[in-house]
Amino acid sequence: MAKSTSSDVLTLIRSLRSAYAATPTNLKVVYMGIVGSFPFNSFLSGVLSCVGTAVLAVCLRIQVNKENKEFKDLPPERAFADFVLCNLVLHLVIMNFLG
Amino acid sequence: MHSLFQFFRIIDLAGMSRYRWILALLAIFYSSLSICTASIVRPISESHRSAALELFVPVDESFGSLENTYEALRTLEILGLEKTYDISRATCKAVLETLGSSPSITKDLFYALKVNGILKCQIEAINFEGIASNMLAVLKNANSLPDFYYSIGSLLLIKKHGFEVILPDSDGAFHSIKALSQSDGRWRYDSNGAESSTYAAGMALEALAGIVFLADSEVDQSMIGVVKNDIVKLFDIIKSYNDGTLYFNDKYVHSSDYKSPLEISAAVVRGVTSFAEVSSGKLNIPGNKILGLAKFFLSIGVPGSSKDLFHQIESLSCLENNRIYIPLVISLPGTVLSLTSRDQLKVDVTTVFGAAAPPLSVKLVQAFNSNSEGKPIIENQELHFDKENSIHYLDIASLKMDVGKYKLIFEVSLHNLEDESKYATGGLTSFSAFFTGSIKIDKGELAILNSDGGSAETIEKLDLSKDSFLSLSANHLQKFRLSFQLTTPLGHTFKPHQVFLKLRHETKVEHLFVIDSSARQYKLILDFLGLVEKFYYLSGKYDIELTVGDATMENSFLRTLGFVELDLPEPPEKAAQPPPQPADPYLRYGPKQEISHIFRAPEKRPPKELSLAFLALTFLPLIGFIIGLTKLGVNLKLFPSSPGPAAFSILFHAGIAAVLLLYGLFWLKLDLFTALKALCFLGPFLVFVGHRTLSHLASTSAKLKSS
Repeated sequence: MAKSTSSDVLTLIRSLRSAYAATPTNLKVVYMGIVGSFPFNSFLSGVLSCVGTAVLAVCLRIQVNKENKEFKDLPPERAFADFVLCNLVLHLVIMNFLG
Repeated sequence: MHSLFQFFRIIDLAGMSRYRWILALLAIFYSSLSICTASIVRPISESHRSAALELFVPVDESFGSLENTYEALRTLEILGLEKTYDISRATCKAVLETLGSSPSITKDLFYALKVNGILKCQIEAINFEGIASNMLAVLKNANSLPDFYYSIGSLLLIKKHGFEVILPDSDGAFHSIKALSQSDGRWRYDSNGAESSTYAAGMALEALAGIVFLADSEVDQSMIGVVKNDIVKLFDIIKSYNDGTLYFNDKYVHSSDYKSPLEISAAVVRGVTSFAEVSSGKLNIPGNKILGLAKFFLSIGVPGSSKDLFHQIESLSCLENNRIYIPLVISLPGTVLSLTSRDQLKVDVTTVFGAAAPPLSVKLVQAFNSNSEGKPIIENQELHFDKENSIHYLDIASLKMDVGKYKLIFEVSLHNLEDESKYATGGLTSFSAFFTGSIKIDKGELAILNSDGGSAETIEKLDLSKDSFLSLSANHLQKFRLSFQLTTPLGHTFKPHQVFLKLRHETKVEHLFVIDSSARQYKLILDFLGLVEKFYYLSGKYDIELTVGDATMENSFLRTLGFVELDLPEPPEKAAQPPPQPADPYLRYGPKQEISHIFRAPEKRPPKELSLAFLALTFLPLIGFIIGLTKLGVNLKLFPSSPGPAAFSILFHAGIAAVLLLYGLFWLKLDLFTALKALCFLGPFLVFVGHRTLSHLASTSAKLKSS
């Protein structure tokens, strides 16, 4: 029971986070549409960071979802560790690219 | 001088592009001629005094080392400027220190005593007896010339301070120094050295003179005779320059001990004059050689270095008052004499320091025109003596001399016979001088001739003594003729160095023609038919400029005569284009064009408000997320409760926070390498604690599942 609650909460947070991560992407594109693409690397890194985070969040959600039999043997903790690691690597690259 | 200035002004004005270098060469040639004659020796004058005050400036009441201090003080003393600086306080301190500590280097002591001789420091505080006995010991063991020189010099100075100094074995010391002499009159520095030097000869002679002065008994006269003979031999190897100045020089094997001819000559003069001072009888040195040496020192002019100035002034002061011959210098105050203003030919006969000479008369033996060497123009003219200014003069108006450059030969004869053996006048002395005058220009004529046998189309009379303006016109089938005559004040034809005609087109294209003289008159005929190509087929107005200039012509001029309107045929297909005119040379000295830097234009930036609004918008979801989180409440049920795993999971979260912080820093200020290095430590730590935390969580959930 506890597990399912925790899983629900986790799922909720992830979905919110995913939505949050995707929102700035749209904002970025709108912003760029308005003011132009001068610091292009900033724009690109901003967009890529959002998209990347969203993709990673989606992956996490796929992996922790019980209905996906594909990942049945994969514990959610392992999925979370993967998520954290991938995020760290992604943001290292983003920071470097941001200039 | 006036005409010279005018002459150079003409050179300056005649700024013709492609002939400028010729003119520059001419200018250099004439200026060097005039300098050469003007720089013939002048006695020591105010310029030396001002140079001495510029070169010898004490820093913190000191001239540096004692040697430099002596040189400065001695030079200023000779020039009568010893009251200029008051440096006695600091310098006397150094002198007393050097004399009190009885230094091992006799050179320092020597110069300290010399400085003390000039400054007269407190001599009561100095133990002269001790120094004298010290010096006598040095002298006893001395085997090289500098040892002898400095020890004897110091003893001499102590004696001059008023203390009794007795040289016990003067003959022995005399012999030891004499043993170092060479057969050609030069000396060696020590008995081992094979190299003989003229500088050493100067030192040795000074030391020998010191021994004779200090000797308790009379020094063997035969020995003095031998040294006198050496001096005569030394003067046989004297070297000479073309202008009659004489100097001493050495050949050097090692460049480290190089001494300039000035230094060497100064040393010899010091040695010879001091030896002549103490020896009885006269040294058998010809007066011409002494005069030649004096001229060498004077011909240096005003030296630029303090050492040179010291050597020059000191050796001249030795020559000014010596027992061999006192040189008398003949000089011309002015070598450019104007016939128009009836200048006087002045001759100055003084000693090297400009003091008055004994009664004498000056005769202009011969005067030659430099252009036509051979027969002298003037012979045996006695100069008058102006007692007030003590100057010998001659009115040049009475000489009937024409303008030109002359070589004047003077002879000085002393009135008193006994002066003949005391002063060296050097027999005949030659100078060159410019006699300038105003040149008469007449029969000036400018004409345009037709080609058919030379019938004149237009003839214009020209008065070249004043400005006039003519306007002519011609075509390419006609000729241009310019003629004039130049006569000197005595009615001879005058040939200036520069006679040029310049034609300048409106487009600044210039053509220069040299006007030749033929049969008393200057004439130039320009056949335009042969010149059309040279003129680049440029029709139109040509300005006519005439230049007549010479160093001896007081009324040299550069004048625009007018213009000629030329009608030349149309240029054929392949005609040469006129060369581009060079830019005004004076522009080079004007301000340079301002350099404008080009920067990359800044990119268009959005307005600040818009950016901030979007920043706020990006933060909105985060705020929503946090609000949502608070609404839901944080679920910490799965947070491990036992202390070990709890610590690990706290560390895990802290590790993630640390890595994010590191990223933040990386973005703000760190570079990639520093960030990666830090990450190398943080990463494994994070993996380790993360693995522990997550495996703990996995095991608890597995336990739950199994249960």
